[in-house]
Amino acid sequence: MKSTAHRFKAQAREALHDDTLQQALGHAKSGFVDKRAAAVAELPDFERLRDRGQLIKDHALRNLDYYIAQFADNVEAQGGTVHWTSTPEEARETILGLCRDAGARQVIKAKTMAGEEIGINETLEREMETVESDLGEYIIQLAKEPPSHIIAPAVHKTRAEITRLFDEHHHHVDGGRLREAPELVAEARQVLREKFLDADVGISGANFLVAETGSVVLVTNEGNADLSTNLPPTHIVIAGVEKIVPGLRDASSMLRLLARSATGQDMTAYTTFLTGARRAEDLDGPENYHVVLIDNGRTRMLGNEFREMLRCIRCGACLNHCPVYSAIGGHAYGWVYPGPMGSVLTPMFIGLDGARDLPNACTLNGRCGSVCPVKIPLPDLLRRLRDYQFEQHLTTRTTRMGLRVWGWVSRHPRLYHLGTRLATAMLRFAGRGSASRLPLAGGWTAARDLPLPTGSTFQQQWKARGKERRP
Amino acid sequence: MGPDTLEHKTVGLFVTCLVDMFRPRVAFATVKLLEDAGCSVEVPEKQTCCGQPAYNSGDLGDTRALARQTIEAFEEFDYVVTPSGSCAGTLHKYPSLFDDDPDWRRRAEALVSRTYEIHAFLVDILGVASVTAEFKHRVTYHDSCSGLRQLGLQHQPRTLLATVDGLELAEMADTEVCCGFGGTFCVKYPEISERMVTDKVGNIVRSGADAVLAGDLGCLMNIAGRLRRLSHPVKAYHTVEVLAGMADAPAIGEEEAER
Repeated sequence: MKSTAHRFKAQAREALHDDTLQQALGHAKSGFVDKRAAAVAELPDFERLRDRGQLIKDHALRNLDYYIAQFADNVEAQGGTVHWTSTPEEARETILGLCRDAGARQVIKAKTMAGEEIGINETLEREMETVESDLGEYIIQLAKEPPSHIIAPAVHKTRAEITRLFDEHHHHVDGGRLREAPELVAEARQVLREKFLDADVGISGANFLVAETGSVVLVTNEGNADLSTNLPPTHIVIAGVEKIVPGLRDASSMLRLLARSATGQDMTAYTTFLTGARRAEDLDGPENYHVVLIDNGRTRMLGNEFREMLRCIRCGACLNHCPVYSAIGGHAYGWVYPGPMGSVLTPMFIGLDGARDLPNACTLNGRCGSVCPVKIPLPDLLRRLRDYQFEQHLTTRTTRMGLRVWGWVSRHPRLYHLGTRLATAMLRFAGRGSASRLPLAGGWTAARDLPLPTGSTFQQQWKARGKERRP
Repeated sequence: MGPDTLEHKTVGLFVTCLVDMFRPRVAFATVKLLEDAGCSVEVPEKQTCCGQPAYNSGDLGDTRALARQTIEAFEEFDYVVTPSGSCAGTLHKYPSLFDDDPDWRRRAEALVSRTYEIHAFLVDILGVASVTAEFKHRVTYHDSCSGLRQLGLQHQPRTLLATVDGLELAEMADTEVCCGFGGTFCVKYPEISERMVTDKVGNIVRSGADAVLAGDLGCLMNIAGRLRRLSHPVKAYHTVEVLAGMADAPAIGEEEAER
């Protein structure tokens, strides 16, 4: 997917003025937050579980070389093949090659953010019919849009928009009857059922990779991953290397964290452990089983200050709790991963230069970090990216100049106090109470009045008071 | 440490830039609360800004310089107290600025161990359980983000507000959600900030309160400015103004009465 993160400001503005989008975001906003809060309240040890999640991921990442090799050995011992790829191009070529080898004409996909990251759909669609089986992904595939949320990819779509899309693609009509959600689900299920049965290759992501057993763990609420991975004769898993956990006990802890943080469920409706290719005694399963591991900058992150970001389990809690995300939705961020986690990951994957706004479009309010199931200090990481921007002169010239002058004055207390006295006097000159317009303050006064100083500075008044007290 | 042993402890007041310029009354209210609790308060002239604008813009050079200046200015006091969770939060970040400088790191840590936001200082350190003040209003309290999430400030202001005569607290929805100020965020991303503060103001108005209180002047100026722009009559005050019985003046952004 080509990034438009450099157009963040314009995209955010468009999003704020898009009434349909705002309507959809309004519906979604409190749902995720309330459900998570209720699920967390029911589990008294949730904070300890977060600590455990952090420990498990940190341990796995510190020993990534060991666990990823163990995982690969176990996959291969059970009839699967592991492919190691370092770039998106390499990953796409590998997957395309596997699909060609399988003689694929039709591919069915379960939801995979790693797949979005490498842009696999575009590559496959050139040669074979590629259909998304997750309802949200299916909807946005019809709309030819990228996901706007990592677990609810079509959260930006209203029921009316979805009805229109289904009318167009399923019935080739315009202006059909507005349908209720269950009716739309049943309709999509009907269409997708055929696709599952006809597919030559199934592609999925992975929520966790278990080193101990070589298992791939997948969670869904629709059961689509089970059909995508079991019905076609070939199954290809796409997974970032950071998805590794040491053992089944660890996977179990992570699953408890994931469902509660993502959707407020104790457990997702479907949780599947896929271990190797179909064995002789198995009733079903793919004969050809491949795991395509993706690095794409992840091992570089292991060695830098953003290592903690690799703990991310893609639950979406940080998006759901981010007031900026709630205001503008996911597309404004311009690449695969939106919200706080995306604002750290996008600069890592596509470079800081092409995503200058992302670390800055954040009030550092800290709500994301406080709900992260693996305690990633997201605000600290976003702020740290600003250090790099400043160092690399990616900060705007106005900001740099302003900081230089302000910093110099602030380091000279007498001058600083003279400056604040002057500024206060000037603002007093502008009026009393509040100003609705003021030169150089357009950013502020466009939306709000500026409360003006109520008198001389505190330092002046304090000095005067001291003189009164000590005559 | 019991409250008695704190008699005549000297507190250095960190005024904060916004309070110094825009609403000195907040600092006077803080001084009153501290003096009423038996502290003697001093205001070192060597203080300027905590460095947060530089810190949040990635300018670590200026941040370190201002951190050193602030540490020096407040080294002699038993405690450092400030009417802002945001600025207190920045002071608490100082040690992380000096990873390669053990001497300054030690001095920064010493400062942090003595630095408090005013409500937390009154309740957690001085053991103040009530105030003598009257404010006959239905109020709502906005949890400013830095105080809430960096310093764990939540029950302290509410505990004290509950003892103000005539005050009724009506909690708003999403009281823990950012108001959209975010320092330079509000001028760098004005449209997003506008949406956030509009949502906040909506929640304030729906709470039925006739006054909104918070512990950070940045948030308050943002909220008060938006309330005025939308012509909502809700008044905005810093919490300490109410606790010190000094909320009889015009509210934030409100014009002074003709004399």
